[in-house]
Amino acid sequence: MSLTPEEEKEIRRRQRSRNTVLALVLVGFVVLFYFITIARIGGQ
Amino acid sequence: MDSTATQLPAEWRDFFALTKPRVMSLVVFTALCGLLAAPGSINPVLGFTAILCIAMGAGGAGALNQWWEADIDAGMKRTSRRPLPQGKMERQSARDFGVGLSFASVLLMGLAVNWLSAVILAASIVYYAVIYTIWLKPRTPQNIVIGGGAGAFPPLIGWVAVTGEITLMPVLLFAIIFMWTPPHFWALALFVKTDYAKVGIPMMPVVAGEATTRRHILVYCLLLLPLSAAPWWIGGTGPVYGISALVLSGAFLLLSLPVAFRSRSGDDDGMKPEKRLFAFSVLYLFALFAALVADRIIWGQGISI
Repeated sequence: MSLTPEEEKEIRRRQRSRNTVLALVLVGFVVLFYFITIARIGGQ
Repeated sequence: MDSTATQLPAEWRDFFALTKPRVMSLVVFTALCGLLAAPGSINPVLGFTAILCIAMGAGGAGALNQWWEADIDAGMKRTSRRPLPQGKMERQSARDFGVGLSFASVLLMGLAVNWLSAVILAASIVYYAVIYTIWLKPRTPQNIVIGGGAGAFPPLIGWVAVTGEITLMPVLLFAIIFMWTPPHFWALALFVKTDYAKVGIPMMPVVAGEATTRRHILVYCLLLLPLSAAPWWIGGTGPVYGISALVLSGAFLLLSLPVAFRSRSGDDDGMKPEKRLFAFSVLYLFALFAALVADRIIWGQGISI
């Protein structure tokens, strides 16, 4: 089961878009955790 | 087509679809209303985090539901286009995604907001994914009544995120959605009942018959009328909410009458009253919770988010 160049390309495209979305989610959580920390410290 | 579909890695949109985004919009809205209507205040960042956690928990539970019901979903028109029946991803991926989202949501809620709301969030996920989906949905025609309990959690959790304690008001909000779900879903089940019969889910119209289902819809709409106004009577809200609740529940009850009392099967008119009742039920819940928040803002009791 060798892949055609088209399939190869489609797999790479999907992997890239999944990685991009995952990176955005992770960056979003980093930012959120920063502000949560600030909020919790400020609230004490 | 199928063989290539399983070879290709799933797209991120397929994972997003696992979270049932349309159900989530109602979850986010009612959770936000519970949070805004609660007395006291919450830091905006923590309030946002609480809503995010409730959405993530609901998404995780939705993914677990689709993991468990992949075969059932494949057999019904309404659900056959979901990612798993379409072969767009491995079944285990949906399970792992659901478990991951669920744990992350509960942990984040506990660390960022408070542990009581985290515990209730965890209970709601287990309730939906295990007690409802795995255990009772395939076993009893009362499945929708039980499932309604899962959908009733978000405003309760949103409220407790602010107050840190369970009082009568958030329990009433829970009870309102609990009472609202059966007429909402049975109206839908009346016009898609052939699908459920095919996959062996004991929906009320299939097992107990249409006539029984129609009577049940009416009973729940009748009970919803006083219950929806109860937050006003106990002094938890002002008349803005109270009168809105009475008007909305009155309209809901009126729309349920033609559904409850018709003798024809409804096949000849395309189930119009049932479809109208279902459409109104969605509007009803949005409007009722919007009225709850509007009431709180107008009476200036706690909207200092």
